[in-house]
Amino acid sequence: MNRKDLLGLYDLSAEEIEEILTLGLSYKAALKRGEKEHSALKGRSVITLFYENSTRTRTSFELAAKFLGAKVVSISVATSSVQKGETLVDTGKTLDAMKNDVIVIRHPMGGAPKLLADTVKAHVVNGGDGMNEHPTQALLDMLTLKEHLGSIKGLKVAILGDIRHSRVAKSNLYGLTKLGAEVRLFGPKTLLPEGLEREGAIVCSSREEAVKGADAVMGLRIQLERQKAGNFPSLGEFAKYYGVDEQVLSHAKKGALVLHPGPVNRGVELSSGVIDGAQSHIEDQVLSGLAVRMSVLSLLGKEERA
Amino acid sequence: MIFKNAEVVFKNGVIRADLTVENGKIAAIGAAGEGETVDCSGLTIFPGLIDMHVHLREPGFERKEDVLSGSRAAVKGGFTQICCMPNTDPVIDNKVVVTYLKARAKEVGLCKIHPIGAITKGQKGEELSAIGGMKAAGIVALSEDGKSVLSSKLMANAMLYASDFGLKCLCHCEDPALSDGGVVNEGYNATVTGLKGSIRAAEDIMIARELCLAESLDLPVHICHVSTYSGVQLIREAKARGVKVTAETCPHYFTLTDDAIRSFDTNTKVNPPLREEKDRLAIVEGLKDGTLDCIVTDHAPHHEDDKRVEYDRAAFGISGLETSFALSYTQLVKGGVLTLPQLAEKMSGAPARILGLVGGELKVGAPADLTIADLGKKWTIDPKDFVSKGKNTPFGGREVFGKVVYTVVDGGIKYSLARGNKA
Repeated sequence: MNRKDLLGLYDLSAEEIEEILTLGLSYKAALKRGEKEHSALKGRSVITLFYENSTRTRTSFELAAKFLGAKVVSISVATSSVQKGETLVDTGKTLDAMKNDVIVIRHPMGGAPKLLADTVKAHVVNGGDGMNEHPTQALLDMLTLKEHLGSIKGLKVAILGDIRHSRVAKSNLYGLTKLGAEVRLFGPKTLLPEGLEREGAIVCSSREEAVKGADAVMGLRIQLERQKAGNFPSLGEFAKYYGVDEQVLSHAKKGALVLHPGPVNRGVELSSGVIDGAQSHIEDQVLSGLAVRMSVLSLLGKEERA
Repeated sequence: MIFKNAEVVFKNGVIRADLTVENGKIAAIGAAGEGETVDCSGLTIFPGLIDMHVHLREPGFERKEDVLSGSRAAVKGGFTQICCMPNTDPVIDNKVVVTYLKARAKEVGLCKIHPIGAITKGQKGEELSAIGGMKAAGIVALSEDGKSVLSSKLMANAMLYASDFGLKCLCHCEDPALSDGGVVNEGYNATVTGLKGSIRAAEDIMIARELCLAESLDLPVHICHVSTYSGVQLIREAKARGVKVTAETCPHYFTLTDDAIRSFDTNTKVNPPLREEKDRLAIVEGLKDGTLDCIVTDHAPHHEDDKRVEYDRAAFGISGLETSFALSYTQLVKGGVLTLPQLAEKMSGAPARILGLVGGELKVGAPADLTIADLGKKWTIDPKDFVSKGKNTPFGGREVFGKVVYTVVDGGIKYSLARGNKA
């Protein structure tokens, strides 16, 4: 991969995605063997700069960097649109002056990683920006699919729930379609944005249609404030009409993988039976996440910063 | 002073003529006699351009723009008269601020500046501002600028009370519950960027309300910066019914679409937002068939600090005074939509008529407000060349035709391409 930053899967070629997944699979195999000492980022530094709360993504990035031999510093910035702090551009310049090599940024506003990447010499990895993209989450989903099903090409993947606010759904759509999968989307009309057909999605009019014959079924986390904003009447109704339970899952291909970016609202987007069932790969996704982040960090960070 | 050998834009056509100016007024049109001469061979004289929607930022936000820098940008862009919006600090909602601005305009002495008063005190949407007092001090219209007066009853009262003073309300149309913090047009490009969208109806619903009020009360109303195809259609239908409505749009709405936001360039962030190609085409059609009466800039200069931030945090607005004429000429006249007299109508005649300003037409006895341009001149927009403090333009790097060579106000040359600003 020959680029300074990883801002989204929209910009990546199929070849670049394959390169990340291939290396990711080898890191995953190594992790399963208990090998946690690697040297790809020896002598390099990684800063995680999180403007949004996160436990799993942040921990995953930090462990990935440490397993690669990098020095890791984490910065949490409490932020809100009203709070006046240092600007992102100024923060970026400060971190850059410390000769740091890689910044992983999570930010509640779409496009923030691009603004940072345009400012700093360090490599920038998008750890999720607003409603835009969450590339490493999609990459870990794809890694999980590739590991279990052999190839992404020709797979049918159903993504259900709050598509509108989901950077995970969008990054998956871009990445999966680039590798030849069919992506079906379903959710309440209030949470289904315009125009995703133009990016190759099949927008379905029922859960059953979305799930029918699918190789994988992905639920998305629903935020409680979406109900308060009037997008649907109650969590109960959301679960009943838009959630995935065993009955809905039975329409998918036998043994279809169940995925979820976590943390899960049990009994809302997925029933507990589905979460704890044999088809669930939610825990395995976590290890895929670590592996794919090791892959991304080593591919980007092996190049000297500009 | 004689402006010699120019192509002169009249209502009904363009005629080669000399224009003689005496005592600040047009004294004669036609072959001129002896006197101080400005050679205008190859140049075109328009009636002085009028921009009825400008943010001068003074008082309160002089870091973004002030009366001097805004005036310099105006005359460089060919504008002889501009109207400044009331979203200043303090708000233009009383005669003291109006008097201050009139005095500042006189002090600077470049173009004519007409303040617009806020409809409600502090733009809070609660009580009517001092409309009578502001009229006496010199406002030419009322506007809540940047938002709608949410109470329909208060808006109706504003229109009624304003009419006692011969004033119109200029309406920014936006239902904030619907736009709900949206920063771009809701649609494909909002989805792909993940930026929060605002649907057309957020603008259209308030356009429709103002049209209903104007029709019910049988009073005139003016709709600001129309950006949607559906808004154009609402206004077209209202005009056909005889509603006394006039409307404006801006160069960015007939030049750009929301494809421009894909770069996350915060200079594309403007309110109402850039929309889609069908909207752009409808705006062009609305200008052609007269549904949209005039072109304004909505000149919204910002400091770089207000734009060099996350898209969601960036200020809305485009610095437009120095690009409006060239963009309008290039897109509309060279694009085969309007004739030169029609362009003069959109940028001078109509704004003068809508606000009751003196000017808007080249005729003997009128003030010698002239915009003299080299229409053959091709140039590239570069914000570094702006004299406005606001360098915020999405048009940097764009090639356009039509360069202002002289701007003449009351017979005095206030800007010349060769020598720059007079002040």
